[in-house]
Amino acid sequence: MQARTAELTADDFASSQEIRWCPGCGDFSILAQMKKVLPEVGVAPENLVFVSGIGCSSRFPYYLNTYGVHGIHGRAPAVATGLKTVRPDLQVWVITGDGDALSIGGNHLMHAMRRNVNIKILLFNNRIYGLTKGQYSPTSLPGHVTRSTPYGSVDAPLHPLSIALGSEATFVARAVDTHTKHLGAVLRRAAAHRGTALVEIYQNCNVYNDGAFEYAKDVKLRSDTLVELEHGQPLVFGRNRDRGIRLNGLAPEVVALGNGTDTSDLMVHDEAAAEPTLATLLARMRHPALPEAIGVLRAVERPTFDALANAQVEAAQAREGKGKLADLLRAGETWTVG
Amino acid sequence: MNDSILQPAPKPIEELDSVVVRFAGDSGDGMQLAGSQLTSTSALAGNDVATFPDFPAEIRAPKGTLAGVSGFQVHFASRDIYTPGDTVDILVAMNPAALAENLRFLRPHGTLIVDEDAFDAKGLKLAHAASNPLEDDSLDEFEVIRVPLTRLTREAVEGPGVGRKLASRCRNFFAMGLVYWLCGRDPEPTLRWVRKRFHDRQEVLDADVKALHAGWNFGETTEALARSYHVPPAALEPGEYRNITGNQALAAGLIAAAELSGKLLFYGSYPITPASDILHELARHKRFGVRTFQAEDEIAAVTSAIGAAYGGAMGVTASSGPGIALKTEAMGLAVMLELPLLVLSVQRGGPSTGLPTKPEQSDLLQVMFGRSGEAPLPVLAASGPTDCFDIVVEAWRIATRLMTPVVVLSDAFVANGAEPWRIPDVESLKPIEVRHPNGNGDATPFQPYARDEWLARPWALPGTPGLMHRVGSLEKQDLTGNVSYDPDNHDHMVRLRARKVANAVNLIPDLEVTGPERGKLLVLSWGGTLGVCRQAVERVRADGGTVAHAHLRHLNPLPANTGEVLARYERVLVPELNLGQLATLLRARYLVDVVSLGKVRGRPFRVKDVTSVVEEMLA
Repeated sequence: MQARTAELTADDFASSQEIRWCPGCGDFSILAQMKKVLPEVGVAPENLVFVSGIGCSSRFPYYLNTYGVHGIHGRAPAVATGLKTVRPDLQVWVITGDGDALSIGGNHLMHAMRRNVNIKILLFNNRIYGLTKGQYSPTSLPGHVTRSTPYGSVDAPLHPLSIALGSEATFVARAVDTHTKHLGAVLRRAAAHRGTALVEIYQNCNVYNDGAFEYAKDVKLRSDTLVELEHGQPLVFGRNRDRGIRLNGLAPEVVALGNGTDTSDLMVHDEAAAEPTLATLLARMRHPALPEAIGVLRAVERPTFDALANAQVEAAQAREGKGKLADLLRAGETWTVG
Repeated sequence: MNDSILQPAPKPIEELDSVVVRFAGDSGDGMQLAGSQLTSTSALAGNDVATFPDFPAEIRAPKGTLAGVSGFQVHFASRDIYTPGDTVDILVAMNPAALAENLRFLRPHGTLIVDEDAFDAKGLKLAHAASNPLEDDSLDEFEVIRVPLTRLTREAVEGPGVGRKLASRCRNFFAMGLVYWLCGRDPEPTLRWVRKRFHDRQEVLDADVKALHAGWNFGETTEALARSYHVPPAALEPGEYRNITGNQALAAGLIAAAELSGKLLFYGSYPITPASDILHELARHKRFGVRTFQAEDEIAAVTSAIGAAYGGAMGVTASSGPGIALKTEAMGLAVMLELPLLVLSVQRGGPSTGLPTKPEQSDLLQVMFGRSGEAPLPVLAASGPTDCFDIVVEAWRIATRLMTPVVVLSDAFVANGAEPWRIPDVESLKPIEVRHPNGNGDATPFQPYARDEWLARPWALPGTPGLMHRVGSLEKQDLTGNVSYDPDNHDHMVRLRARKVANAVNLIPDLEVTGPERGKLLVLSWGGTLGVCRQAVERVRADGGTVAHAHLRHLNPLPANTGEVLARYERVLVPELNLGQLATLLRARYLVDVVSLGKVRGRPFRVKDVTSVVEEMLA
């Protein structure tokens, strides 16, 4: 398998289908990175399945020359759970958006993560419903004026990664669509993780919510507005890497380095921490008050649902022998007539 | 005690060809256990049996209240029987509420066994009884056996280590013992069950055994009972038998279908009455390779099964009406993806939460049409508990042959009812052939929506090199399966999918008729009403009436000869536990003015509900 995939390139993962996203959509960049990463993942194309729900992002599987299921709105994690349970040999990716995953499909997302099904979930967050032409989403900011909220949204938004951490996800990460090198690295980490990997990807909808993540995308701004996480390293950011994040009690705060403050005063990132407490603090750092954390917030090991479910069957068969149909039909008391 | 009790003269035994017993008590009184034990021991005695567990949706409504009454009716006979009986010969009422709720089932001059200890001021008040029925004339037309059942049970079992609580929990065993004596039942199968069930709780085991014996001895000694009954074995077809409920048979059928097709069984389900027992049963059978998945909701239950089907497994989900409503969008997805899938619907009273534990057949049109767009799929309905086994095997055969989701209907009566089942010989079960394409060396692009002679598309599995393809909920281009909004293509695909499902008619047998081949009246039943309609027709015929009967197990498509059969009779009567859903389908399809007999009382039909209408129509 390794040998074969090593010869593959990004182009081998392109399907024959014409891509129908709007020109300039952030999805193109994510698709390109995925195609670039897949040859390096070490899984043959026929052993890859991309499962999606409904929405712009959910068209993703049509554009990859792997196996794919474009399902119904919000249900991709459940489809993937059934598939992965009966076919643990496959690598299963779920492609979803903020509406698909957090609104109509919130229940499935939560339960896939708490079960730790061995699937990779990419959540394209653009803070808007695109395919239905511009209604506010569960991640839209308060006051957001959209076609369905002409007077501004009065809803409080969800933080996708808080949901992930609260649902006991074992791998939680964040990336930005056009921050391609970093995105590629995060996708590789997600692919290698055993268990549910949830990656929030800031994605620009240039038609209905253009510029929603400009602070994170703009190459001039982003070194000041994002802090790139590295396991075991202090949280340093800034164009000149002259600022850092320090914990003041339970509140992260920005401090300037120098003048008696050095990296030893800063929060040190531990993605493998047993408790998700620090990861939650990182997930909730919000622009413009704080730089937003990108990279792997949490990566811990826990048995996967699919492995446990199948181990239970194997253990029962080892203990009691494989079931014989004739015995099953004769269960309980029987009697003979004639 | 006088001498006659110490040395009882043998009481006469009266031979009967059938007896109907109904145990009724509080939800915590163990009436379901008493009923199912009487069923087992009767089946082992060689009788034909039919049962009707009748219990409330509440787990434990306040003790002694009308809301908490739980019943279990058992009909056993020396001949073929098809129903649990219209009326009851022996009613056991453990308290005044149970009596109030169940007396209407007891036939005139029937035997009423009551625990007189429970008829105190408190019990009577909870039953809203204006006076004590044991002391007024309201029970004059019955043979009332007053038993100080609570006191006698206590006396029989109390002793070191046995408290009052345990003692009062054995009352059902005392009642069982008494009924066993009265009906000439062998207590040994129940004693075996107790020894197995409570092997690690000696005090419970001893108390149950003592209570059972005490009940038996009471029957033998009390002067109130002048004779006991004997019901000889029925002339069942030779073979090995067991007792089985509809839900157990569904579970066994699923495992058999998986084995016959060489498939791994994936069962995605969310708990719902009355379908949960299928999940409970399957979850026990891991050694058969069954993967059960208790999903987060009904939608995940069905979509996970679809995911499993895409991966090449036997994907199955089950629910009841409210849950099926939630699954409908995903059922449409399965129609679009053209993957094999079984959706089992164990119907209950509706709409909405309705009557969770009571039978109804009111979800026929829901499964026929309850999806967006033109989304036909095959629908089958089990005729009774044992048919549940055969019908899921058949449904899976159709699903894999046509690459389509298939619905199997059952109902609360079929699901919980038990009957003797002639265990099929595993060797005689026909294998289910399933094919998956392999991608070896084919240079042309794979066409996931190309079709075979049945119009089925290939079931290509992930993991197969060269067959990478995408399926989805958007309309498919013919052959390639690519997304297509072309009007001609959509029209073609909608008709193609409909034709494929209609083709299932070639996989199902013709409708068979008993009775006259043509004439005045045909009774047409479907699903769980088979037994009562058969019994009703036989009764009318025995009284000299001429009436034909046919039964539908296949609701979509209907058997090929259905229209022709209907046309041979002046009138067609369709009894169903709804307000005429099959009747509506038949009228629309065949332009036949069928007569609908609909009842929605949360109970199966009584035989006389049908005979009275048949007799009227024949008059």
